[in-house]
Amino acid sequence: MINSSLKTLSQMLAKKEISSVELAQAFLNRIDAFNPEINAYIALDQDKTLAQAKAADARIAAGNAEPLTGIPIAQKDIFCANGWKTTCSSKMLENFVAPYDAHVISRFDAAGAVNLGKTNMDEFAMGSSNETSYFGGVKNPWDFTRVPGGSSGGSAAAVAARLCAAATGTDTGGSIRQPASLCGFTGLKPTYGVVSRYGMIAFASSLDQAGPMAKSAEDCALMMNVMAGFDERDSTSLNREKEDYTRDLNKPLQGLRIGLPKEYFAEGLDANVAKVVMDAVTEYKKLGAEIVDISLPNTGLSIPVYYVLAPAEASSNLSRYDGVRYGYRTPEYTDLMDMYCKTRAEGFGEEVKRRILIGTYVLSAGYYDAYYLKAQQIRRLIAQDFEEAFKHCDVIMGPAAPSTAFKAGEKVDDPVAMYLEDLYTIAVNLAGLPGMSIPAGFSNSLPVGLQIIGNYFDEARMLNVAHQYQQVTDWHTRMPEGLA
Amino acid sequence: MEWEVVIGLETHAQLQTKTKIFSGASTAFGAEPNTQACEVSIALPGVLPVLNKEAVNCAIKFGLAVNAQITPRSVFARKNYFYPDLPKGYQISQYELPVVGKGAVTIQVPAVGKNPAYEKVINITRAHLEEDAGKSVHGAVEGMSGIDLNRAGTPLLEIVTEPDMRSAAEAVAYAKKLHELVQWIGICDGNMQEGSFRCDVNVSVRPKGSDKLGTRREIKNLNSFKFMQQAIEFETRWQIETLEDGGAIQQATVLFNPDTGETRAMRTKEEANDYRYFPDPDLLPLEITEADKARVSAEMPELPEAMKARFESEYGLTGYDAATLTASRDVADYFVAAVKAGADAKPAANWVMGAVSAKLNAEEKAITESPVTAEQLANLIKRIMDNTISNNAAKQVFEVMWNGDGEVDAIIEKKGLKQVSDAGAIEAIIDEVLAANAAMVEEFKAGKEKAFNALVGQAMKASKGKANPAQVNEMLKKKLEA
Repeated sequence: MINSSLKTLSQMLAKKEISSVELAQAFLNRIDAFNPEINAYIALDQDKTLAQAKAADARIAAGNAEPLTGIPIAQKDIFCANGWKTTCSSKMLENFVAPYDAHVISRFDAAGAVNLGKTNMDEFAMGSSNETSYFGGVKNPWDFTRVPGGSSGGSAAAVAARLCAAATGTDTGGSIRQPASLCGFTGLKPTYGVVSRYGMIAFASSLDQAGPMAKSAEDCALMMNVMAGFDERDSTSLNREKEDYTRDLNKPLQGLRIGLPKEYFAEGLDANVAKVVMDAVTEYKKLGAEIVDISLPNTGLSIPVYYVLAPAEASSNLSRYDGVRYGYRTPEYTDLMDMYCKTRAEGFGEEVKRRILIGTYVLSAGYYDAYYLKAQQIRRLIAQDFEEAFKHCDVIMGPAAPSTAFKAGEKVDDPVAMYLEDLYTIAVNLAGLPGMSIPAGFSNSLPVGLQIIGNYFDEARMLNVAHQYQQVTDWHTRMPEGLA
Repeated sequence: MEWEVVIGLETHAQLQTKTKIFSGASTAFGAEPNTQACEVSIALPGVLPVLNKEAVNCAIKFGLAVNAQITPRSVFARKNYFYPDLPKGYQISQYELPVVGKGAVTIQVPAVGKNPAYEKVINITRAHLEEDAGKSVHGAVEGMSGIDLNRAGTPLLEIVTEPDMRSAAEAVAYAKKLHELVQWIGICDGNMQEGSFRCDVNVSVRPKGSDKLGTRREIKNLNSFKFMQQAIEFETRWQIETLEDGGAIQQATVLFNPDTGETRAMRTKEEANDYRYFPDPDLLPLEITEADKARVSAEMPELPEAMKARFESEYGLTGYDAATLTASRDVADYFVAAVKAGADAKPAANWVMGAVSAKLNAEEKAITESPVTAEQLANLIKRIMDNTISNNAAKQVFEVMWNGDGEVDAIIEKKGLKQVSDAGAIEAIIDEVLAANAAMVEEFKAGKEKAFNALVGQAMKASKGKANPAQVNEMLKKKLEA
């Protein structure tokens, strides 16, 4: 049951083979058993969870269930959920109880889904290993000595260890796709503007996008049907017609043009990872796809551009954590300036402070043109690279991460090595494109993800491309031994 | 050396929208602290701004009113600084691309001493939309500062001029004109006490004839025209004296102390913040189309300039009278209402600018509070026009009406002010006067024109002021020349 697809669970619920309360309880029991070790969840509230499950059972009984009614979902702790502690894994918000629901949370509530708890993450989503969390790291379910990736590390571990039916994540530079690759499951970052950011705690506003983290493409499609849609409270939310993301799942792939960017297979990519990715491409050829060699010439600039723009926005977004209205305030101070300085010095972790400093620097008078403005110009060039590439192919494929999961502590003191983790994912955020990572095999018993990048609003097609692969492979059904 | 003062103004006009510029919280003044602070106003984690279209309409109205370029695609930017009453740690404003570009207003500078009144064009550099901050409340909480975020997010239009003004009088005339204009087009209530309209004044001096600007100091947050006048005058003297004493002016922000009448530096340029402006990624660029402009234009009231021109052509008023009547929307509305109610335009203009304003000034009332309504004034003027009463009698009637003691005709009746226009009755009075003043008649016939006026005066006196003066004149002339 814990390995069942959302569709199967939904059918079992509809047929009353299981109740939502039983399903939620089963996952809560697994969380009890494994979470103390894995540390995927940082906030749990059995009463709230079971009350939602009970309500879902009533709704199912009344005959007005939706596909996700009664399904237990893990929510990344970046989403405000009314009455839940919402911390972004920061000491700054350690005791912050959100008084309102994020758009994503209210969509799941309206769909009748059950909130299992809030998942661990890198502090304010800044990190690629979940090691910047104030609440401690998360263990990769495939190897407890390794990281799950980040920043959505808690959701990633929860999905991989089957501590939830599916989870939400957010992706600013790869925070859904890189952990999906490192933990071996399916994660989708939608086109910027498809999922409302309202109530999702901001890291870098022009890049942040929420998306599903689940076992399969089909599960992700069902999650997207709930998460996506216009929200007038987010000015960057796109007012488009409602889509059914499952609509194209079963289309054949005959004639699909897959672009392989040469820059994604160059120096920096682990040879074993490269092999797994190319094996997956071979599988696609068997499904009727043709391969096109493409180039994304500005790929190498995406990390420097990202590490100007994302910290610039973050430095401003995180100014509100000043100890005045909510959150952490230093216990002793002499005056206002002292209160500000101590509160922020004590409330934020090292990586967050590093990015606030970088961001403040690049926006400063005299540096703005050379850094921020220049980075914005290159950002446009990066988007143009993709625009050009999509004239020759339908989807782009490559690795989602340069290597498999690395050891905890391995890169924690080397920020640049950590930043390179997002080499293949960041450009997608800069261009605002949709991207996903699906399980494509293993290297030394650790999962490897295949990244699929689509054109704007091509999520349904990407899900189709992923689903067809998952019809002929079983990588996505594998789960870590010892967690059964 | 002769000095010239150069002045530019930055005015914050609070826009009259029901809700805040980026959220649905109310903007009403005077509520209990923090009762109008929604999740966006207090900048909870995860909240996002959504632009209030009504605030945009206000900005378009202003742009149209000052004949400005309205930017087709303007950008909201974040102005970053820490302050306890600034909940996000940044203010959403506009920086490089403001919604309103270059425009102009014409001001009337009143006569001072021997210098006559004159008109001058003041150029508007730009006007941009932004949100207000909250308020720090001192003394409400023992040993601490309180924060009230009711005002946080209230929409403001910041209106910036070129350094076009050359005296305190011009600056005040501009501020008054702008104050009237924003109320005229209905975008700001103009309440200076509540901070709905506040001015920062940039002042510098330079040797007369120089085309180089001196170093400026900015006088912050002036909330009355009187203080503005005093502050500029003091600041100008201080800068001239400093320079004449061999000193130099440091760019600075200064505050005016109304108790001492002096300005004092608050912070110098070196202490100023680096605001690290950048485009707000939470908001899309603000796009304003020709259709938007046309729609707002259709909702606009007739502007003062157009109304002034119309008063001149349609009613034959002088330029001065038309300008005076259109200096305020309320005055103009009152005048128009009187004319609509049947008063001739010229006497109506004279009454509004004369008796009505004198009374209002004396009692410190606004024209909207006038005890004599425009309709009542029109009825009074009609009685003058149809020769029922004389001008003098009308003034008495006006007094009585002002005190709330009845309507025009009843007062005329009660006071017996009806003018005598009956030819027979007037002839009888004149005959009496001629008989009783034979000496004067002789003087007139000897060529003394003055005697005629004296005879008219006697006739009017004999009628107790009720005789129609024109008729008296005419008949007396006829009799004497006979």
